[in-house]
Amino acid sequence: MMYRDLMMTAAVLGCIATGASAETLRYATARDVYGLDPHAVTDSFTNIFTHHIYEPLVRYDADMTVEPALATSWEVIEPARVRFTLREGVTFHGGETFDAADVQVSLMRAVDPKSPLRGNLPGLKAVEIVDDLTVDLVLEGPAPLLNNYLTNIFILDSGWLEEHGATTPIDASQGEEGYTTNNANGTGPFRLESRRPDALNVLVVNEDWWDTPQHNLTRIEHSPIGSDATRVAALLSGEIDLIEPAPLQDAARIEAAEGVRMLENPGLRSIMMGINMGDSLVDGDVEGNPLKDLRVRQALYHAINMDLIRDRIMRGKSRVTGSLIAPQVTGYSEAMDERLPYDPEKARALLAEAGYPDGFAFNLNCPNDRYVNDEAICQAMAAMMAQAGFKPRLLAEPRQIHFQKVDNREVDVFMLGWATLPMLDGFSVLSAMLATPEGEYGTFTPAGYANPRVDELTRGVAVELDPEKRLSMMQEALMLAHEDVAWLPLHQQPLSWAVRDSVEIPQAADDLVRLWYARIQN
Amino acid sequence: MLGFLIRRIIQSIFVMLAVALIAFMMFRFMGDPVNSMVAETATTEEREAVRERLGLDQPLWVQYGRFVARAAQGDFGLSWRNARPVSTLLAERFPATAELVLVAAGLSLLVGIPLGILTALKPGSLSAQTLQFVSLIGISLPTFVTGILLILVFSVWLNWLPSFGRGTVVDIGWWSTGFLTVSGLKALILPSVMLCLFQLTLIMRLVRAEMMEVLRTDYIKFARARGLPNRSIHFRHALKNTLIPVITIFGLQLGGLIAFAIITETVFQWPGMGALFIQAVSFGDVPVMAAYLVLVSLIFVVINTSVDLLYAVLDPRLRADAARAAH
Repeated sequence: MMYRDLMMTAAVLGCIATGASAETLRYATARDVYGLDPHAVTDSFTNIFTHHIYEPLVRYDADMTVEPALATSWEVIEPARVRFTLREGVTFHGGETFDAADVQVSLMRAVDPKSPLRGNLPGLKAVEIVDDLTVDLVLEGPAPLLNNYLTNIFILDSGWLEEHGATTPIDASQGEEGYTTNNANGTGPFRLESRRPDALNVLVVNEDWWDTPQHNLTRIEHSPIGSDATRVAALLSGEIDLIEPAPLQDAARIEAAEGVRMLENPGLRSIMMGINMGDSLVDGDVEGNPLKDLRVRQALYHAINMDLIRDRIMRGKSRVTGSLIAPQVTGYSEAMDERLPYDPEKARALLAEAGYPDGFAFNLNCPNDRYVNDEAICQAMAAMMAQAGFKPRLLAEPRQIHFQKVDNREVDVFMLGWATLPMLDGFSVLSAMLATPEGEYGTFTPAGYANPRVDELTRGVAVELDPEKRLSMMQEALMLAHEDVAWLPLHQQPLSWAVRDSVEIPQAADDLVRLWYARIQN
Repeated sequence: MLGFLIRRIIQSIFVMLAVALIAFMMFRFMGDPVNSMVAETATTEEREAVRERLGLDQPLWVQYGRFVARAAQGDFGLSWRNARPVSTLLAERFPATAELVLVAAGLSLLVGIPLGILTALKPGSLSAQTLQFVSLIGISLPTFVTGILLILVFSVWLNWLPSFGRGTVVDIGWWSTGFLTVSGLKALILPSVMLCLFQLTLIMRLVRAEMMEVLRTDYIKFARARGLPNRSIHFRHALKNTLIPVITIFGLQLGGLIAFAIITETVFQWPGMGALFIQAVSFGDVPVMAAYLVLVSLIFVVINTSVDLLYAVLDPRLRADAARAAH
């Protein structure tokens, strides 16, 4: 044991002595970025990685508030027209000057019909250039969330795109490789030095960045390490300074080791169970669908002991919630965070009252590779439901299969996590998970759920520009969903990163690693 | 000989077509990659549009037909995960897997054969008994456990060797090699040890059994009676005959090494084809999975054909048979 500790110390000292950690941050994640074209993928990890190279008009700071980036100010001049003043004197890594044409080309590229990112900037009709440093965004209607959306849309240089024939987004189905997949030219705090897919991405500091750096890094070496055990070992052996995610089951081991520490906070992602309220169960043993009865849904709610799941499965690190959105997200209120208490007796009574004293069978659908400890949570819940008289059949499946079933409504009680990213606003829950399916609404709304008042409020929130009115409308709709038990909220899952003691980095609730706030102490 | 080769090439085309067909039949049970490709907030219509563009709404035989038609022209399409050509991805990853398998195969021969001879010549000795026992562990321990143990001991505790990756690689044309740098060589040690362990113990036990068998034959007894030195009997006469079945098994197991490399590459984040395949599976990246499976089936066919050819070279009787059959 002594020997091992000695070796560990030696390892840490060795790193410092060789200067490998001077201001180089070695960073490992579970997988590699999908590509470097910021308009080709919607994956949030890929997006935050490219955010080190490319920048949006406005960005989130470490506390998740919108602040100016490439735009210095904005003004709603008509309900459907917003004017942005652009930052002067910004240059791309390749030396090109940033101007209005870049904004026009980039935004239109992002909303191109072939772009997967289109849904992340809904309602943009055109970008009109007023002068070199002023643009008007012409919208289909009032867009209260425009700035939240824009935090996720990066600006590329128009000349560079034209030169490489890349003004339209890459289309994976067309079979052509895009120049922008492997090359990058942005305005951000770091520029791309080299990339070996699935092995190593190297970023170096951009000395000419327009902003005052809060970080002290000169170089970032990013290695994807897929195996959890290996990722932890690489941190412990001193080869890596920051890992994300740090597997929850190894947290105790990391805390016990010298020179490294865990960073754990509740994240924005709320985990919840959707409930099939359609006319029949996918896999039931009774006529019709008992889950349409509010009392049965309440019984299900009373049956779940989330405190036990937090303490036993989540190592006490999750935040048990009654709300579908985290407190940081606009639309939250304390009233909606009130859970129906754990009470198996009451669950049995409600079940009997609804006419099912002997319970009934249904599928409990869970992913087994998507959320933190997803399968274990479902196993525990299945046992709890059984104790209250239900007969759940647990189906824990890989994510592609699980979400395909969710899409097709081939699920009874199913797990879903929602972080409201990238807009950080309750509207995302209203439109995707509560509104009756129609057009752009209701992608994940459980079968059979339809509350006309919620639909009305959702459509109102979409265009309401007065923040206070908008907030109260959202809160009303979310409270209605709470009373309907449209979803059964579980918890906010914890973020879990691990770092060397020398690394300081704020852990934003959206689980995105922003290395332009990272500092290494020597 | 030429006829044999042509027959083999035609056979291998059918093998690859069959593998691709089976692969496409399995992909239906793998779920839907669209959810990984669109934003979480994407609407149902946007999801349908992506599905349509990828041809996922088409029946199985249409998807299979398109794949085969394009593959016949050498076009495996674009990866859905990272929008890069599948052929480029495979070519990029091939050197990593090839070097790993080469080193592992070399290790298993260079260590396995001498150890096998040692245990065969001195079956009762303590060292032979110990080796036999250790090899039993090597053959029965799951490889990922060995891999994690190696990382724990040599990376975390002793801090001698890297726990992941290939170290610094040097590009020679399109081939990236880890053989030319110290960090590249160091990075090869743990993964190749993990990968070769099963093969090594297998070869050792096989050599031991074959050698003991051969040592009991009449011609060895006769050689002893002639008063030949032990050295000459063991290595010149016995070993040669021992090696024929060993080479067959080794050739067949080479394919196994490539297959097992999937686990090694996952544990050590070795950027080879196996790791690529695993990522493709977890994403539902049909073009990459299909191309990988076809390529691996091709490699198996090539290896088996080479072993058959090599066999004829090693064993003169087979050549004689063939010659007689020709008359």
